[in-house]
Amino acid sequence: MRIKRVAAVAMAAALTLGMAACGGDGDGESGSSAKGLVGKAQSQKKLVIGVKADQPGLGLQTGSQYEGFDIEVAKIIAKGLGVDAGNIEWKTTVSNNREPFIQQGTVDLVIATYTINDERKQKVNFAGPYFIAGQDLLVKADSPLTGPEALDGKTVCSVTGSTPAKRIQTDHPKAKLQQFDSYSKCLPLLENGKVDAVTTDDIILAGYAAQDQYAGKFKVVGKPFSSEPYGIGLKKDDKAGCEKVNEILKAAAGDGTYKAAWDSTLGKSGKAAPELDTTKLTNCGS
Amino acid sequence: MHVFADQANLDAYLSSFLWILKLTGASAFLALVLGVLLAAFRVSPVPVLRGVGATWVSLFRNTPLTLIVFFCYFGLFSTLGLSLADDLDLNNYWLGVVGLSVYTAAFVCEAVRSGINTVPAGQAEAARAIGLTFFQTLRIVVLPQAGRAVVAPLGSVLIALCKNATIVGTIGLMESSNVMKDLINSNGDAVIPIFLVFAGTFAAFLIPTGYLFGWLANRLAVKR
Repeated sequence: MRIKRVAAVAMAAALTLGMAACGGDGDGESGSSAKGLVGKAQSQKKLVIGVKADQPGLGLQTGSQYEGFDIEVAKIIAKGLGVDAGNIEWKTTVSNNREPFIQQGTVDLVIATYTINDERKQKVNFAGPYFIAGQDLLVKADSPLTGPEALDGKTVCSVTGSTPAKRIQTDHPKAKLQQFDSYSKCLPLLENGKVDAVTTDDIILAGYAAQDQYAGKFKVVGKPFSSEPYGIGLKKDDKAGCEKVNEILKAAAGDGTYKAAWDSTLGKSGKAAPELDTTKLTNCGS
Repeated sequence: MHVFADQANLDAYLSSFLWILKLTGASAFLALVLGVLLAAFRVSPVPVLRGVGATWVSLFRNTPLTLIVFFCYFGLFSTLGLSLADDLDLNNYWLGVVGLSVYTAAFVCEAVRSGINTVPAGQAEAARAIGLTFFQTLRIVVLPQAGRAVVAPLGSVLIALCKNATIVGTIGLMESSNVMKDLINSNGDAVIPIFLVFAGTFAAFLIPTGYLFGWLANRLAVKR
């Protein structure tokens, strides 16, 4: 009796394995007929794009809707690839899961305040940059704080373990650092005067400052002290897809759609649209 | 183990557990004092005091600790302006201690109250018969016996408190869970070793604590 049961389990296991192997083969074949980002967009007319959900002005989720500059850029890219905006599936990403999402194929593209750097280039391919951000300070509208050099003895708020927080610790060790798990927790403290500044990329700060409940209360100092080129992440081996995305960005810079994307989102804070420097676009890992 | 060979990482690791120990120590003391007081309230003959005790317990025992710690930071400190220390880390530390203490006091109170129930009613009646007041009865007769009965449950509360101390990380104190997250973020190739070191450190503290309290409970138990 027992032996029979063991045999049955072994049979079942073997069967499952066999079927899994078949499934694997099938995937491989369909994959070869529609390869990479361009192939998928053409054959399925659908894309899954990873975006931020908690950054006003860039990628903010309200209900099932996403809005912001990253979202508009994503729509431009999708349109260039022949995919309707309605056929984009938005997927919320946070800073820590962007590389895994791309590597595992959970998303086709990541457009989520994604700074291009060498460490990340080991794992994913970058198109863009479509925007150059820089670390800056958000302060109260009447604050005398003029820049990072005036931070000694002041309290700065940022996200635990983030690049901006680390830069403050190493470059301005005399500044006191209050850390939370998200920037939105820093804002009430800034409003109450419990911290003197909030620090991260200027474009993110501008988004927070432009939120209705904080309108007119905060200002971005406007002296960026780092350079964060935002790129569009995709699979490491998808060179063709990356080049196509760069082409689309180049076209968008020329025909005004890039400027329109800015004006309808971050431009509302009064900041003029930046120039998209097409000579700075990545070479897609070649 | 290359992660902990780096002096900066090792320092971060050690100071993170020092924070946990400090949080546990101060909160355990305050929670014990507060908890015993609340237990006395709950068995007192004064209805108002009984109400205060019961309200405290049902309020804090049923509120998530994260919310209580957040309230200490955003409510007491940020909005009401209660600053407990000039230094940023120390201020966060004391706000965390306040949150942990009021929360844990609710559990201490219930443990002590259950201990009071193990003392036969005849003891309190006899104490009253020889003319002791309520607080004398409690202090001299009932609590010494009740305390001995609840050594083991209080040990469990202490162990839970030590692990709960990591919640103070959400208001910015660089205690173990924050440091662990930080180390994992910058050493993606060593996630499991880092996790095991932090989990192992807690186990190394807490398993002996559990045995100590089990042994104490046996030694101190009132033989009836």
